[in-house]
Amino acid sequence: MGEFAIGQPVSRFEDPRLLRGGGRYVDDMSLPHMAFGHVVRSPHPHARILKIDTRRARQAPGVIAVLTGEDWLTSGFGDLPTATGKKKRDGSPMYRPKFPAMTVDKARYVGDPVAFVVANTALEAQDAAELVEVDYDPLPAITDTAHAHEDGAPQVYDDCANNICFVYQEGDKDKTDVAIAAADRVIKRRFVISRVTAATMETRGSIGHYDKAADRYTCYTTLQRALNFREELAETLRIPESKLRIVAGDIGGSFGMKSGVFNEVGLVLLGSKVTGRPVKWVATRSESFIADAHGRDNVTEAELALDKNGKFTGLRVRTLYNAGSYTQPGSDSGASSNVGTLAGVYMTPAVHVDVTGVLTNTNPMRPFRGNGRPEAAFVIERMVDIAADEIGMDPAELRRINMIPPSAMPFQTGLSFNYDCGEFEKVLDEALAMIDYKGFEARRAEARKRGKLRGIGMSYTIEKAAAPGYEGAEVRFDRTGSITLIAGSVTQGQGHETVFKQIVADRLGIHPDEIHYLQGDTDQVFLGEGTGGSRTSALGGSAVTSATEKVVDKARKIAAHMMQVDDVEYADGVFTSRKTNRSLSMKEVAKSATNPRNVPKDLEIGLNATAAYHTTRQNFPNGCHIVEVEIDEETGVATLDKYIVVDDVGVVLNPLLLKGQIVGGIAQGVGQMMMEEIRFDPDSGQILTGSFMDYAMPHAEIFPHIDIKSMPVPTKTNLLGVKGAGEAGCVGAIPAVANALVDALTHLGVRDVAMPATPERIWRVIEDAKRGQTA
Amino acid sequence: MHNFNYHRASDVAGAAALLKDVDDGKLLAGGMTLLPTLKNRLAAPSDLIDLAGVSDLKGISIEGDEVVIRAMTPHAVVAASHEVATAIPALAALAGGIGDPAVRHRGTIGGSVANADPAADYPAAIVGLNATVVTNQRSIAADDFFLGLFETALRPGEIITSVRFKNPSRAHYLKFRHPASGYAVVGIMVAQYASGVRVAVTGAGPSVFRVSAMEAALDKSFTPKSIADIAVSADQLMGDIHCSAEYRAHIVKVYARRAVEALTA
Repeated sequence: MGEFAIGQPVSRFEDPRLLRGGGRYVDDMSLPHMAFGHVVRSPHPHARILKIDTRRARQAPGVIAVLTGEDWLTSGFGDLPTATGKKKRDGSPMYRPKFPAMTVDKARYVGDPVAFVVANTALEAQDAAELVEVDYDPLPAITDTAHAHEDGAPQVYDDCANNICFVYQEGDKDKTDVAIAAADRVIKRRFVISRVTAATMETRGSIGHYDKAADRYTCYTTLQRALNFREELAETLRIPESKLRIVAGDIGGSFGMKSGVFNEVGLVLLGSKVTGRPVKWVATRSESFIADAHGRDNVTEAELALDKNGKFTGLRVRTLYNAGSYTQPGSDSGASSNVGTLAGVYMTPAVHVDVTGVLTNTNPMRPFRGNGRPEAAFVIERMVDIAADEIGMDPAELRRINMIPPSAMPFQTGLSFNYDCGEFEKVLDEALAMIDYKGFEARRAEARKRGKLRGIGMSYTIEKAAAPGYEGAEVRFDRTGSITLIAGSVTQGQGHETVFKQIVADRLGIHPDEIHYLQGDTDQVFLGEGTGGSRTSALGGSAVTSATEKVVDKARKIAAHMMQVDDVEYADGVFTSRKTNRSLSMKEVAKSATNPRNVPKDLEIGLNATAAYHTTRQNFPNGCHIVEVEIDEETGVATLDKYIVVDDVGVVLNPLLLKGQIVGGIAQGVGQMMMEEIRFDPDSGQILTGSFMDYAMPHAEIFPHIDIKSMPVPTKTNLLGVKGAGEAGCVGAIPAVANALVDALTHLGVRDVAMPATPERIWRVIEDAKRGQTA
Repeated sequence: MHNFNYHRASDVAGAAALLKDVDDGKLLAGGMTLLPTLKNRLAAPSDLIDLAGVSDLKGISIEGDEVVIRAMTPHAVVAASHEVATAIPALAALAGGIGDPAVRHRGTIGGSVANADPAADYPAAIVGLNATVVTNQRSIAADDFFLGLFETALRPGEIITSVRFKNPSRAHYLKFRHPASGYAVVGIMVAQYASGVRVAVTGAGPSVFRVSAMEAALDKSFTPKSIADIAVSADQLMGDIHCSAEYRAHIVKVYARRAVEALTA
């Protein structure tokens, strides 16, 4: 299957259908007699709910039911699942706020669901929602990460002192304290990493359908992990998982945001149970801003210790992590799972990280592309540049002398990561050559003549991908030799269908047109954890590979039996033997395999295989981003002029899709660094960026051509040698762009630019620096 | 969106009559502001009177030293018009930079001018290019048309039929786009006429305004240097989380100078 083989730039099989309007997203689905739900949300960031009067809403045209938190409490359903496992500083268990689908006593963020109206049409539900009268007693609110833990700050939960939800530590504290105390030089900085929202093209949505006759629930929804979703939701509904079916159609982006079981999922199911009709809810864009989970949002203080030669001897990091108003499984992982990224590609022997998660009157949090990786990468890669500036060394050189050499692999960092492989210096050198690093000063001087301040910035980041776990895949041959391929992971646009079909075509010699790809339906998928953390190529890809290997093994035995020989060879979808002129294609074997005559007696008939692939070892994609920016000194407007990436994401399955992942990640990283930010008014607690009129998204026009080169160092941690690529672009982009912006302004005395570096912010640091110099 | 009655007018007189008859009617031009407002339930008119079917309201013509653009002409048509590009290239460029392609194909000059959004582009053209706004009742001079934030001299029932722009000897429009919305944070039209220079600024204040100090300086000497140090006060300007009033004032100064640079280069 040459043109579809692994490694070929195969165009996405999904695209013709999606581009022609053939997508089937939640909002495209319609069930007979379906009703529509509308959520009544708190307009206050923090308020006691004194009374909810639903009488007028119930009498409104088309209304079938109006539900409140009391109805949820008496429904027999339980609370939504919450985060667990962490501890507080004194060793006691982390605070676990109760998480009902609708709040009863207090609203804790702007957007907190307080009632749910079900009507014959979406408009009638929306009209009636305006008639629900909620009597609020507004309370002081805290939205600010830095101050939430302070004495006197408003308390999100009365029984959670200082709003401290949990503390997480990693690394060796004593060793790090000693290293920093003994260091020749210690660089100290504070960083504020902004809160952002995923702003997925498709908003969240769900259809709940309770089939009373079968006593079974079906939920069509936006998600990342079908089977885990079913498990968590079944626990909430207090029913056996077998009484619940989860179906995901096409999903228009998630980036972590859609990975949880959200309030509205519970609401449509309760709505269906109460009304006896399927109930659909789909978020409007405005609703998404106030009701989606957000990402990032931390305040970090870092200290990097160096010896007199510039070698890193210790790194100490303290972070305040905004944990939002409610927790969910995984909502706290941005504070913990990826702090290992802070160790970077460096030999730093002593590292310690201390993270405090604080509850605030803000939206719940979810992983967002990178889930702690970009935050950590930003901190270490900014620190390296700051150190280089302070000791007067070229930032590429400082990275080089501290890098872990291939000879040191496997390498246990001062934190939790144990790198299996990587050739960092080689990748760095290639990146420096690609951008003509040596020629930069000439480009800077040329830009100066045009009145532009040109800067160059790099990052060399590494992150964990495919955390230990498992994934399932199933290959079902039908009687005519075509295939249904069922995967446990779920795509939100990454192109799973394309890559998985490539693997099957490559290994089984079946044309992709004859492979039907199926995912996201818990009645079909037997095993899988889903998508997230850059895991699908490694785990899902290995599961598909493993299933094809099982098929080949069995087909080989059947082919041998049919050809009456004992030494069958298999290549390119064809079985041959030196002892006969006969050959059999995989398709012929599959067609024959349901006839017992063709199958050896010790084998079952048919040619199907399921595979459950699991691994205990993650992989470590890494790479170097170098970017050149130009700043208009008079206005502060920064433009990206050159962008190159050299990455090692292991074996490349499809370079086109890889490039799409890297470019998309870079766009989100640039967005975070230069414009995106969810902001709350510190006094009122109201969201100030509740629409695209105020929340700035990066547009395609701001990006230069992004030049990407892969230098694969295959990993042995999975069957394909791949490393995760879904988050790498975002991880590398944020610090690289930040370093370039600062580099463009260093000569003026500027040492940092706050995130997001908007034109006005850049203009102000330029003005401040100029005043500082003339004063 | 709340429910409303929909009417499709076939001529201006009919639209005006309908507007008078109905309870709380609104004219629908391109709908680029009105429809999002309705969708967000921030307005609930009883009736919408759609002007899309009024053929008299479409088209561009050159009449003497004026470019006449009828009210329902979409921005994309103005941007692509050979007549406009020849007579007042700055006007074609301004129209071609409004919003995005979808907005430019739906949004109309009459709708934009009547709405008087402080961050819209067209007000800078109306005032900077000394235009006359023609309605079904009268003609209104540019300097008398915009009264404040979303406020114009239009009376109830008055319908814009066309806008007449006077050809300048030269003109240039420069816009600083809002990082999020793409609207003008500052949009500045510098136009030179035999009668004098006009400098009109949209986006920065609650309504489009002229910078008389710059106009006087440019009348004396049409050079970038002559206005390089003329600042506008931030006191009357708007600010938001992306661009403060102080920053807008700074951009007005820089962009005015750059517009003159573009014209004198």
